Amino acid sequence: MNTMTTTTPETATTVLDASGVTMRFGGLTAVRNVDLTVKAGEIVGLIGPNGAGKTTFFNCLTGLYVPTEGKVRYKGTVLPPKPHLVTQAGIARTFQNIRLFANMTVLENVLVGRHTRTKEGLWSALLRGPGFKKAEAASHERAMELLEFIGLQDKADHLARNLPYGDQRKLEIARALASDPGLLLLDEPTAGMNPQETRVTEELIFAIRDMGIAVLVIEHDMRFIFNLCDRVACLVQGEKLVEGSPGEVQADERVVAAYLGTPFEGDPGADEVAEVEAAEAHSTTRTEGETQ
Amino acid sequence: MTTKTHQTTPVLPIPAPAARAATAAGAALTLGSTFLAWTWTAKFPGDLTVTGYPGGLQVLTLVGAALTLLFTLSGYGIKGLRWLTPGGTNSPVRLAALGLLGTMGFTVGAISVELGGVVNLEPGAWIGLVGAIITVVASLGLPHDQDITDTATPSPLEKFLNSLRAPAPGRPKELPSWAEILIIVAAFGIGLFVVTYGIDTAYPELFVGYLIITGFAVTALFKAGLMARLSAITTKYRSIAVAAAFAAAAVFPFTQSTDQYTLIAVNILIFATVALGLNIVVGLAGLLDLGYVAFLGVGAYTAALVSGTSASAFGVQFPFWASVLLGAAVSLIFGVVIGAPTLRLRGDYLAIVTLGFGEIFRIAVGNLDGVSGPRVTNGPNGVPNIPDLNFFGYDFGESHTILGFELGAYANYYMLMLLAMILVVLVFSRAGSSRIGRAWVAIREDETAATAMGINGFRVKLIAFALGATLAGIAGTVQAHVQSTVVPEMYVFAGPVPPNSAFLLAAVILGGMGTISGPLIGAALLYMIPAKLQFLSDYQLLGFGLALILLMRFRPEGLIANRRAKLEYHETGQLDVPDETLAGTTSGTTKAGA
Ligand SMILES: Nc1ncnc2c1ncn2[C@@H]1O[C@H](COP(=O)(O)OP(=O)(O)OP(=O)(O)O)[C@@H](O)[C@H]1O
Ligand SMILES: [Mg+2]
Repeated sequence: MNTMTTTTPETATTVLDASGVTMRFGGLTAVRNVDLTVKAGEIVGLIGPNGAGKTTFFNCLTGLYVPTEGKVRYKGTVLPPKPHLVTQAGIARTFQNIRLFANMTVLENVLVGRHTRTKEGLWSALLRGPGFKKAEAASHERAMELLEFIGLQDKADHLARNLPYGDQRKLEIARALASDPGLLLLDEPTAGMNPQETRVTEELIFAIRDMGIAVLVIEHDMRFIFNLCDRVACLVQGEKLVEGSPGEVQADERVVAAYLGTPFEGDPGADEVAEVEAAEAHSTTRTEGETQ
Repeated sequence: MTTKTHQTTPVLPIPAPAARAATAAGAALTLGSTFLAWTWTAKFPGDLTVTGYPGGLQVLTLVGAALTLLFTLSGYGIKGLRWLTPGGTNSPVRLAALGLLGTMGFTVGAISVELGGVVNLEPGAWIGLVGAIITVVASLGLPHDQDITDTATPSPLEKFLNSLRAPAPGRPKELPSWAEILIIVAAFGIGLFVVTYGIDTAYPELFVGYLIITGFAVTALFKAGLMARLSAITTKYRSIAVAAAFAAAAVFPFTQSTDQYTLIAVNILIFATVALGLNIVVGLAGLLDLGYVAFLGVGAYTAALVSGTSASAFGVQFPFWASVLLGAAVSLIFGVVIGAPTLRLRGDYLAIVTLGFGEIFRIAVGNLDGVSGPRVTNGPNGVPNIPDLNFFGYDFGESHTILGFELGAYANYYMLMLLAMILVVLVFSRAGSSRIGRAWVAIREDETAATAMGINGFRVKLIAFALGATLAGIAGTVQAHVQSTVVPEMYVFAGPVPPNSAFLLAAVILGGMGTISGPLIGAALLYMIPAKLQFLSDYQLLGFGLALILLMRFRPEGLIANRRAKLEYHETGQLDVPDETLAGTTSGTTKAGA
């Protein structure tokens, strides 16, 4: 749809392969039989109205919830439903409600993200051999690199809780990147951001993709999603309604209906839908104009 | 002083030059009065009847007066004294003056109450009191060190509280490194002297006076910016500062002529060491352990049972190193056994289980007496006659002469306990500033996010819990030999004699969670106050509760704030952050677009 999106070659390896993921809470089925794949080098979007089950799906992928049914494979191996093992395997995430370590410094937050990629245990910390010092120095260096990448290097000593909102979201991304993931899950990365900040985040995500990290992103900002993603899936009431290129999903009337409500059977609302579709199409053409 | 449009006026409307002059005059008057007789009879302790030199509480008053005078003179900008107040200039004067009035007023009150009426006061005491009152009143006329910014019309109380605040000191002048090292040595020398003085106070009145004056004086030093300067220097020469601190602590027994106060010091060290171990569990990993003292008990009982005492059910005598290792190992096993099932759960289960474990331990050792259970621990009578340690013929139970100083028996245990404390300090600081320490703090901050960052929450928490248990066990093995008897009642949840679980937790919270010096200071205070003020015994727990409530209200981070807590509670030094974003951290669910 625009020059920034790249078409993935058919041969690209599958990074994430979720099949038949179902999550029930008592009588409520929050996620129902969802299949989703993410290939290397892809940015995939996940949209859907409030309460559709997007965050729940993320939690199933990352082991915070044990899915009632279904399997999640990362690069071919089935993931155990333990969050730390999922991160160890190579999936990192951010949270919809920012969950930084509020009373740690910015740098320490990123260093915590390095946890799975370093090994020094208690003994090594107590004995402080040369190996420990080297590993600590390497972690610091990598963490500072990531802070430079997101532009927070000057605030390394600040407490995370004192950062402005947008910076907190960015820091969460840096913290996730610190675990050297192969797949990054972003849950509403631009929520609460102003348009400029959103655009910066967009660039950031493209840069992350260019580092060879596949991205799966939940977002309510359609303009953002359609600019960014190679593929978009729409969840409605726990079920995957459509999946396809941004153009296809945008044009799908079921998606529009899901967001705006289904008109009464038959015709009475049909022209309304058409109207809205026209408006949507109009707004995206404008968006394209802006971003190019 | 900065001149702003809404400069805060002093608490009392006295012209600044007059206020300063009167402050100095008042302090000098009180200072002079300490050389006069304050009462006529030697019935009041401390020998306050002599004209010519100060004694007892007069010495403390003299210190307060001298400090006030020095800060006041520094406020005049007198060359050679200006270094005293790199931070606030007038708030330290006010604080020192309040301390002065506090000690002076307490002395006058104590004399009047104990001897029955103000007639027992000699003119010297009246002169001192008047001088102290003048000092305080005049000091309230001195300008504020920083203006009140949040309101243009502050209430008198707000004004008063603000008058005690001070800005942080600016960048210091470069000093040659020998001078900085000399400052470290001098500071720890003074610290040793002050602590020794406190431990050596012979009667309750003196101890109360000591608490008043040191409390205010230390706060004044903080406000003057001297503590910030000192901590900058000690950070720069970290290893030298640590060595100096322990050297100062090691000198303590040499200052003692009898064993009486060395025993207090040994007990403080045991208490402080265990509190510091608990601080790993509570302060770093955020695990609320309400039965921590039981691990001390496990170590102590283990050491007692293998010490070779005739009361032991096992007729074995292990060398000390072996009993330390065994005590540590048994505590570790108990730690894992208690921790493994509970640490998998979230929430307050751990607090309940540890509380239960603490009580179960005490009751179990009370019942393993051959009547209600197998004969292992002698039940409520405990294990007595634990022999003194003996290292290669060096008998810990005897006094020795070292460097010409006669050292009592407890000095040996003091040194041993100091070694144990160094071990725990080392473990705390090294573990705290490493990958595992960061993982502990992350778990404490947000367990979900921490596990999503790849931290195995269970494993990391179990390490913290077991490490804490092990350190307490090590301290316990020494404690068994110091006390020479272990009984179940030493390891209760709450009781009048520290260490018990409640006091350990209080020492950590009072001193400052997550810091090293905090629990040490907290433990020293919590041990000394009941030990020195025995007349308080009935009200001790009440006062203790009140003190904790006040602390939580006015200084939630504890006496010593760690770097994080300081930022957390007082938002200092982060002025580049707009206010509205501070509130935004909890409301992260706003949706954009769509
Ligand atoms: N732990 C839980 N227990 C019970 N119900 C849950 C739980 N977590 C989520 N749900 C329910 O599952 C449904 C899907 O919620 P989810 O948070 O996944 O939606 P979402 O698509 O992320 O919505 P939003 O756009 O508002 O973030 C909701 O009805 C929610 O109430
Ligand atoms: Mg959600």
